[in-house]
Amino acid sequence: MSTLALQVTLRRADFTLEVQGELALEGITALFGPSGSGKTTLLRVIAGLESSARGSVTFDGNAWQSAQRWVPAERRGVGYVFQDGRLFPHLTVEKNLEFAAQRATRSTIDFGAAVAAFDLTALLQRRPGSLSGGEQQRVAIARALLTSPQLLLMDEPLSSLDIGRKREILPLIEQLPRQFGVPVLYVTHNVDEVARLASHVLLLAGGRVAAYGSVADVFERIDLEPYTGGLEAGTVLCTRVADYLDGVATLVVGKERLRVPMGDAPVGTVRPIRIHARDVAIATERPRNLSIRNVLTAKILRIETSATGNVELLLDVEGEHLRSRITRDACDELELKVGQYVFALIKSVALESTLLG
Amino acid sequence: MTELELGPVWLSLQLATVTVIVLLALATPLAWWLAFTRSRTRTVVEAIVALPLVLPPTVLGFYLLVLLGPAGAIGRFWVQMTDSTLTFSFIGLVVASVIYSFPFTVQPLQAAFEGVGKAPLEAAATLGANPFDAFLRVASPLALRGYVSAIVLTFAHTLGEFGVVLMVGGNIPDRTKVISIAIYEHVETLRYTQAHVLAACLLAFSFIVLLSVYMLNRRMPLVRT
Repeated sequence: MSTLALQVTLRRADFTLEVQGELALEGITALFGPSGSGKTTLLRVIAGLESSARGSVTFDGNAWQSAQRWVPAERRGVGYVFQDGRLFPHLTVEKNLEFAAQRATRSTIDFGAAVAAFDLTALLQRRPGSLSGGEQQRVAIARALLTSPQLLLMDEPLSSLDIGRKREILPLIEQLPRQFGVPVLYVTHNVDEVARLASHVLLLAGGRVAAYGSVADVFERIDLEPYTGGLEAGTVLCTRVADYLDGVATLVVGKERLRVPMGDAPVGTVRPIRIHARDVAIATERPRNLSIRNVLTAKILRIETSATGNVELLLDVEGEHLRSRITRDACDELELKVGQYVFALIKSVALESTLLG
Repeated sequence: MTELELGPVWLSLQLATVTVIVLLALATPLAWWLAFTRSRTRTVVEAIVALPLVLPPTVLGFYLLVLLGPAGAIGRFWVQMTDSTLTFSFIGLVVASVIYSFPFTVQPLQAAFEGVGKAPLEAAATLGANPFDAFLRVASPLALRGYVSAIVLTFAHTLGEFGVVLMVGGNIPDRTKVISIAIYEHVETLRYTQAHVLAACLLAFSFIVLLSVYMLNRRMPLVRT
């Protein structure tokens, strides 16, 4: 585990970034927030690309930046994947990769392994200009990895890609920390990417840290809803893939089961899924004759009135949290109380779209 | 037909080559600075660099003559150092040409560096390249078109200069008598045939040079992704 301690101020004409805190970097940490919240700027400060940033950046006890010290980007040992790839157009894919490998001060990541992991063998002699967007981003990620970084910074690497290309690249990004032993800081404004990839999330709003913690904790906080997205509010449920039948997976949470059409995760793996609060309905008796297949037993932990006048329920399902948004009328009619056991009805389609997002 | 006098031709080519080399060394850092600085002095420097484009060569030549002459600030120093005068010498011509052709090197380079932009340099830095490394391996190859334009334009412009050379260098065979001066002299002495030969050579050469610059600008596919 690596730690990144930040005490950073950066002033622009119309914007101030002010971030204090210590991040425990393990696996993938999402840097999440609405556009204009300073995510990319913070990532650039960490990389050493913003010379006007004041304050300190300390990685594992090494000061990358302090009042006395400024380590330039090329000596910080970070890999950076830009939103637009930024491959060198005058070099072939192979030369682009070698550019990084030749300048690496240590060599923990093997050239062949990176090429294989991102399936680049057939592209090595091509020029970036002849590659598709998805291919370019694969090269860009492999190139950043070949610097053998202590920390990999990724700035919305999927934002310019269509859903099909995203689906190809997501699993590759997901495996980065385990496969190459490098922690990842991942900028995105896409909730589904956070749910799919990250274990922790730093939520930025207006240039400041609004929240930092595990993805599940941050996304169930109702006060953060304006940032995590009003209508999109939901929670992340940690499930395990139990089996497959006809392309439909059974995911288990304790004794509870969910049936979800999917096919990209091996049996036994843990698969976090995101469930929108608006897609969870409540019943006080186990319903019959219903089209909804996924019904979970849940305990009501909290009942809160949201900004829009609806009622938000925080539910406990086998120790995992789930949220439901219902109308005030429905809540009154069902006489819901904290501590009560209810049935949470989840539309399968909601699971499918978030899984692949 | 009279034989082609090679003295002035050879001298012009030498002068243009040396000028190009000196200017590339001087203009590259300046163009780099102009392309990337946010300093307010940039506008002033840009205006100064562009001056030779609008000043009559005689004005430029006059000031240079004053400055480089044995009584001038630089000229006196030069005489003390080398025991020879800077005016009416090949070195003096190089100095004059460098100043006269400055914008023809700086401006294409500046435009090329601006076209390259900061993005590839930032990428190079995150890949472990120090600024000089990034300049050599990333910025220069991407700015290749700008370099070709700068070299060709500077070379051709130096070949064609007249007023500055006449003021600073005079007309000394094999030392300062370049093509344009030789043509002037032929015309003065009514030797039109010789003037025709040299003038036609210069015309053809200039046209070929400009044509190749424009063709290169159209064709070179390197820069765009």
